[in-house]
Amino acid sequence: MSDLETLAADAVKRAIDAGATDAECTIMEGDEFSAAVRMREVESLKEAGSRAAGIRVLVGKNGGSSYTSDLTSEGIRTMVRGAIDLAKITSEDPFAGLPDESDLGARTEDLGLYDTAIEGMETDWKIAQAKRAEEVAFATDDRIQNSEGASFDSYVGRRVFVNSRGFVGSYRTSSCGLSVSPVAKQNGSMERDYWYTSARAASKLESPDEVGRRAAERAVRRLNPRKIATQRAVVIFEPRTARSLLSDLFDAVNGGAIYRQASFLAGKLGDKIASESLTVIDDPTLPGLFGSSPFDDEGVLCRRTVVIEKGVLKSYLLNSYSARKLGLKTTGNASRGITGNAGVGPGNFFIEAGERPPESILKGTTGLYVTELIGGDTNTVTGDYSSGAAGMWIENGEMAYPVSEITIAGNMKQMLMDVEIASDLEFRGSIASPTLLIREMTISGQ
Amino acid sequence: MGLSQSFFSERFGITERDLESYLSEALSAGGEYADLYFEYLATTSIGIDEGIVKSATGGVSLGVGVRVIAGERTGYAYSDDLSPEKIRKAARVAAHIAKGPATIVKTGFEEARQHNLYPMLNAPHETGLAERVDLVKRADLAARAYDSRVFQVQATYADSLRNVLVATSEGRLSFDRQPMARMSVSALARQGDGAPQHGHSGGGGRVTLEFFEKEKTPEHFAKEAARQAIVQLDAVDAPAGETTVVLGPGWPGILLHEAVGHGLEADFNRKGVSAFSGRIGQQVASPLCTVIDDGTIGSRRGSLNVDDEGMPTQKNVLIENGVLRGYLQDKLSSRLTNNTSTGSGRRESYQHIPMPRMTNTYMLAGESDPEEIIKSVQKGLYCATFSGGQVDITSGNFVFAATESYLIENGKLTRPVRGASLIGNGPEALKYVSMVGRDLLLDEGIGVCGKEGQSVPVGVGIPTVKIDRMTVGGTAQ
Repeated sequence: MSDLETLAADAVKRAIDAGATDAECTIMEGDEFSAAVRMREVESLKEAGSRAAGIRVLVGKNGGSSYTSDLTSEGIRTMVRGAIDLAKITSEDPFAGLPDESDLGARTEDLGLYDTAIEGMETDWKIAQAKRAEEVAFATDDRIQNSEGASFDSYVGRRVFVNSRGFVGSYRTSSCGLSVSPVAKQNGSMERDYWYTSARAASKLESPDEVGRRAAERAVRRLNPRKIATQRAVVIFEPRTARSLLSDLFDAVNGGAIYRQASFLAGKLGDKIASESLTVIDDPTLPGLFGSSPFDDEGVLCRRTVVIEKGVLKSYLLNSYSARKLGLKTTGNASRGITGNAGVGPGNFFIEAGERPPESILKGTTGLYVTELIGGDTNTVTGDYSSGAAGMWIENGEMAYPVSEITIAGNMKQMLMDVEIASDLEFRGSIASPTLLIREMTISGQ
Repeated sequence: MGLSQSFFSERFGITERDLESYLSEALSAGGEYADLYFEYLATTSIGIDEGIVKSATGGVSLGVGVRVIAGERTGYAYSDDLSPEKIRKAARVAAHIAKGPATIVKTGFEEARQHNLYPMLNAPHETGLAERVDLVKRADLAARAYDSRVFQVQATYADSLRNVLVATSEGRLSFDRQPMARMSVSALARQGDGAPQHGHSGGGGRVTLEFFEKEKTPEHFAKEAARQAIVQLDAVDAPAGETTVVLGPGWPGILLHEAVGHGLEADFNRKGVSAFSGRIGQQVASPLCTVIDDGTIGSRRGSLNVDDEGMPTQKNVLIENGVLRGYLQDKLSSRLTNNTSTGSGRRESYQHIPMPRMTNTYMLAGESDPEEIIKSVQKGLYCATFSGGQVDITSGNFVFAATESYLIENGKLTRPVRGASLIGNGPEALKYVSMVGRDLLLDEGIGVCGKEGQSVPVGVGIPTVKIDRMTVGGTAQ
């Protein structure tokens, strides 16, 4: 066992010795780095490492949790005592417990979560990447004279998990990312946009030139936007904004919302809830992606789950608690920071790519192409969807002019039925989608 | 209180000599300014779900952040270990931002002037667990008792006690002990076999536990969450398009936070990327509007005795009778623009670089009778509660999401409508304010503001306000 695994195992043992019937301990450590540049000069550099531990205990069917950033023996002792004390004020919960031992386990194949190259990256090189992305943004168009800056971030860390049923596991992760936010200005109109690239391995990043150019093009095309008339129309979500819809869908298949009947998809298992063209998968086993991991945050083996298959709701996403509540098996989607009862989180949650490229989906279409969503508040209980939006008006398949200060609204139940799916699936985070077209939504404008 | 009686001296033996040596290390490669932010944060949270107290979590995080400013550049590092060698190491890392001979640190510290906005012997975090768990149990019972159609209740109580020490290379020393407590309740209601509807409420502040006994009880928040869920059972689709909007008093003040507050933060304006950049002295709102950001209101969620750079908070006038008066300044932006800090430098924790942020943002009361305001509207929307909002600083477009609103027809509130987003443009929206009520109300204390990945507690407030034109994002045309 590594030092941190030993420390976690020791915390679990102390909890059992102090009267807990079960215990689970998470320890995280990580080093973060961030370089920000603006207007060709370094604006800030940040570098630091930190560690923290958390424990959850069960005293019979009563749970209690605590955490600390003090990993000395005294710090761990205080943490364990805190969790046991808190278990005295919770209620007996017949469904409380650790996962079944048969569900515990870790994938053994290399998931590509850690890139040693990130440890060795020079600060000057990282600054140069950010400077280059901003420089290319300036060079792309004369209307880019200002910028909110560019940044390069990197992280290396480790997550350790031990429970009293014999699970001991740990894995390292790394990530790095480059982003730039240029500001375009013309005739009193000022618009900002951004582009970014991020990956677990440095070699998977898009080039600074690509990031700078795309950011600049996006900012410039937003200049002098119009506010269109209130109407019902086709709405197309590019992959970046489609992710937000998919994140709302995740909330609706989250086992926690299902057992509370707080989702419009509660009780719909096996029902046709979406267009036949829609298949949604959660797969934490895809190598090199942000949603991948060998085991979930309660030590359950990660696996692929088909959530929606050709429009039929096949599975919810569950941790051991919500599974027990619903009489189902955990899908290995337990998620938590370092302490507390586990929630449910996505692995790599994505819409399977369709067959037609986005140009083909757009062909002959007139409607709104959404490139930014702001301030939306989707009601998971009812499926009501309403969000601020900006983007491009599309006429007969061609981008006609930029649009802003509008909202789009509909209901997720209908939107899922009315969706068409393009082939341009790309992973920029643990939730990913290709371009989506919704046949009708309400646009509010003038 | 001198340093020797302070939390960090008593618990970790930190002396003035130590602070001077860390600051000297931070400025060992030059730079004009350095500061240290020591933080010890203890938290508790208790949650009830399905009538069962399912969660109780507590813990501690501590650390120190070291910052160096050299011109427009900032170097930052932190340590979660308060041993001298680890703090010195962090100071050396932060020092890398500057390149030159060492800057000499002034010796000796002066204790900064500061407010006393939340005096209390025992913070909620220091009271018995039994008293605190009782709050969520009461909320659960009260929400269920409100109406038999309520079938699901979740309630959370959370408190924290943060001790901070800020020491700067200018010789300024400040300490603060910052208590916080908050309750939140959400309820689901259903009529027969119909679709469930959701309601939510909550509040608190830098208050003692007595606040939840005497001012805003668990029953108050529970009834409010249940009432909202019940109201939604009869809701019709929200209108789509431009209409007259009346905002109720209190939490709808989030309009100010999104429409003007963020756009007036000095970092965005120094960089010329805000829709409000260069507009000081210009008319940006109706003359009926005076908007204040005030970090000095006793016991409020957004208030602080000193900001997270050790400066006393202030009452700052942002917009006076519709004219833009000033920006919210932190140390860096004020240094670079020859202004003074407005006590607006805030950060989420010792792991974060401070930046200009809001505290409690509100509009002064006007002269109209709230009932008259509603009576004056032929057709429009009355918004009583919002869930949240967001703004695009550069274009000025902002959105906020209404969760409880009603149609106004012929001067009367008629049917409740489903949730909908409202969208407007910051420098334009408030020009359409045509009536301001005399009923200024601050929110109940639940706001969290996010900026560049950092969350801080804030407050908002507003009287009843009529906005002649705003775009409502419903589905009913």
